[in-house]
Amino acid sequence: MSQSLINKKRFGFISFDSVRSFGASLICILIGLLIGFLIMLFSSFSIDGADPISGLAYLFSGPFTALDPLQDFGNMIFYTVPLIFTSLSVAIAYKTGLFNIGAPGQFLMGTMAGLLIALGINSVGNPVQGVFVWILAIVAGGVAGMLWGLIPGFLKVFFGINEVIVTIMTNWIAANVFTWVFSLDGLKGMVNTASGKTGYLITTSLTGNSTPDLGLGALTHNSYLDIGIFLAIIVAVLIWLLLNKTTIGFSMRACGLNKFSARYAGINDKWNIVLAMAIAGALAGFAGVSYYLHAGIEIQYQSVYQKLPDYGFSGIAGAFLANCNPIGCIFAALFIRYINASGTNLVSVGYNRYFADIIIAVIIYLAGFTSFFKNLLKIHHKNSVNSQPGGKAKVPLPDDSKPETEKPQKGEIR
Amino acid sequence: MNITFIIHATILCMIPLMIVALAGAFSEHSGIINLGLDGEMIFGAFVGCIFCREMINGQVFGASTASSQWLFLLGMIVGALAGAIFSLLLSFSAINMKADQTIAGTAINMLAPALVSTFGLMFFNSERIVSRASFQLSSSVYTNADFATAIQENKILGFFFDEVYISTYIVIALFIFLSIWLYKSKTGTHMRSCGEHPQASASVGINVVKMRYLGASLSGALAGLGGFVYIATQTGTEAESSVGGLGFLALAIMIFGNWNPLWIALGSLLFGFVKCLGVVYSQIPLLASLPLPMYFYNMLPYVIVLIVLILTRKKSGCPKAEGIPYDVSQR
Repeated sequence: MSQSLINKKRFGFISFDSVRSFGASLICILIGLLIGFLIMLFSSFSIDGADPISGLAYLFSGPFTALDPLQDFGNMIFYTVPLIFTSLSVAIAYKTGLFNIGAPGQFLMGTMAGLLIALGINSVGNPVQGVFVWILAIVAGGVAGMLWGLIPGFLKVFFGINEVIVTIMTNWIAANVFTWVFSLDGLKGMVNTASGKTGYLITTSLTGNSTPDLGLGALTHNSYLDIGIFLAIIVAVLIWLLLNKTTIGFSMRACGLNKFSARYAGINDKWNIVLAMAIAGALAGFAGVSYYLHAGIEIQYQSVYQKLPDYGFSGIAGAFLANCNPIGCIFAALFIRYINASGTNLVSVGYNRYFADIIIAVIIYLAGFTSFFKNLLKIHHKNSVNSQPGGKAKVPLPDDSKPETEKPQKGEIR
Repeated sequence: MNITFIIHATILCMIPLMIVALAGAFSEHSGIINLGLDGEMIFGAFVGCIFCREMINGQVFGASTASSQWLFLLGMIVGALAGAIFSLLLSFSAINMKADQTIAGTAINMLAPALVSTFGLMFFNSERIVSRASFQLSSSVYTNADFATAIQENKILGFFFDEVYISTYIVIALFIFLSIWLYKSKTGTHMRSCGEHPQASASVGINVVKMRYLGASLSGALAGLGGFVYIATQTGTEAESSVGGLGFLALAIMIFGNWNPLWIALGSLLFGFVKCLGVVYSQIPLLASLPLPMYFYNMLPYVIVLIVLILTRKKSGCPKAEGIPYDVSQR
């Protein structure tokens, strides 16, 4: 994770570094798909009628081999939105040197606050109020997530308690609080009492506070697509700007690289830890509201306390696949969901939908090797730097873990 | 409501947690953060469960008590082996490729449920593997009739041999042995030194790569064993793509125990006790009379862990070099 704060070599507006990162990610994905193909090839011996070649083709085509490709595509984008938010949540904490596995808890707290507002206020027949209540619910979700993220932040700063243990504990506390709150007698009105439903909440379609979709849902054959994706992209860009273009972001990243030298340089590391956890919590809270405020999504509150939501943990995967780059999080989340979307289609060529999950996991695993692949890609670039007149041809071999931006300096000193 | 039942319930909760937390400590003391405990548990439980299922279906082991206990023992070994093999993914990534260890752990946690569901559907047409194995010791399963009546009449004998699992004793023995081994044996101390300062260890001739492989593999084995013990004692030997987040919880207990086996054991005892209160509170008159819902007791263990952490601020026993890839050239 050693990345320099300043990118040196640039090619117009694209740095060599980012080109290499992209190339390395591409290698990871290709190897991942190759391994996926091999797994499908070997398992085709024990499944009747399984065809690895078309399996691979289905995998590549994501949602587009479904019966209704447009609808599947819309749903894919909708499912991407919370993943972008949780990936951002993990990424910003990681950039500050914190490991946020508390995204599931913050996600649930955000969902709870958002739903309490969106289901508690009735705006049927009043679309303008509906939009305002929706905005209020989104903000409430973010605030609730933020408050939940502040707990590990404060405990880390004031008591020196590892944020990993605190977030694991607060996850389960949040899950129990969630079910507890919606089981209260005063909130009976939010429980769906329709026949055949046990333990479900009503959806926002009944209170008129659902996420506006501006006709996007109808456009994509009644998928779940709504304006959430635009929010996610805007937030990702804002987080990128915060991290890379502001003093606050700089000091946060400085804390992430080395807390002690950041402190020595006059950066308030404690404040940055609290701030990072607050932002991370808010982002995970947004993930919750962006998902559950949609008119068609319902939640079974009664079983929430038994299992943490998957979105929290897959955010870790998204963030690492993106190498914790906020803009990268958008593409990483889209990529994960793209492969996920192929899962259900794989059934028609004999594979079950979990094959897609295996391939995603393999790709995440390979994402750990990006620095290794990046170093492989670096060789040509290095030679060109060192073939200056008078420059010694013999350069000590770079070691894998050193940041590559240090190398040009070595060549210059001589 | 008797006290024996509460103690048994506590131990049931505590045993898998304790051994998996020790698994985490082994890995971290050798210098590798094992975030994949959850995945290794799932995988170990799955393989162990399939093993038991096939052994019973193939009638290698009958329904008689003695043979089912042998099967339990073999299942634990198979689960441990599966966990160890699965953890090689983490070791390879962390040691040979010098990758970020949290990524490999996350990938393992995603890979295990996906593999379990895939192969479950492929070979058994179900995401849930049912083994029909039952390993509980009770008076009806002892072949020696005198002993069977003795454990019913004698309270103390009954406490140790009635409605318990042999895994409890095996895990406790293993826990004590491995803890002493880690701190007192030559290999154990060498391993711990690799988690503190690998370059210094290498300078006195310790093979850091080998030690880290050993630590991570032992960790995987213990996690796989813990996963199998969990399904054998708490879900009726049925494996699925989740162990209820127990791996993450064990990781938390490991940090709670300050990376020290003794505190890990005490921490999991505390956690297990409070957790089992959530199950039995309605049968305790004093607690049942309070107007508190189940969810309160469910979240109590997590809250108590946080409170204890706040009250007992102590020097972190975290191995200094954990999470940092070993690099020979930094010596």
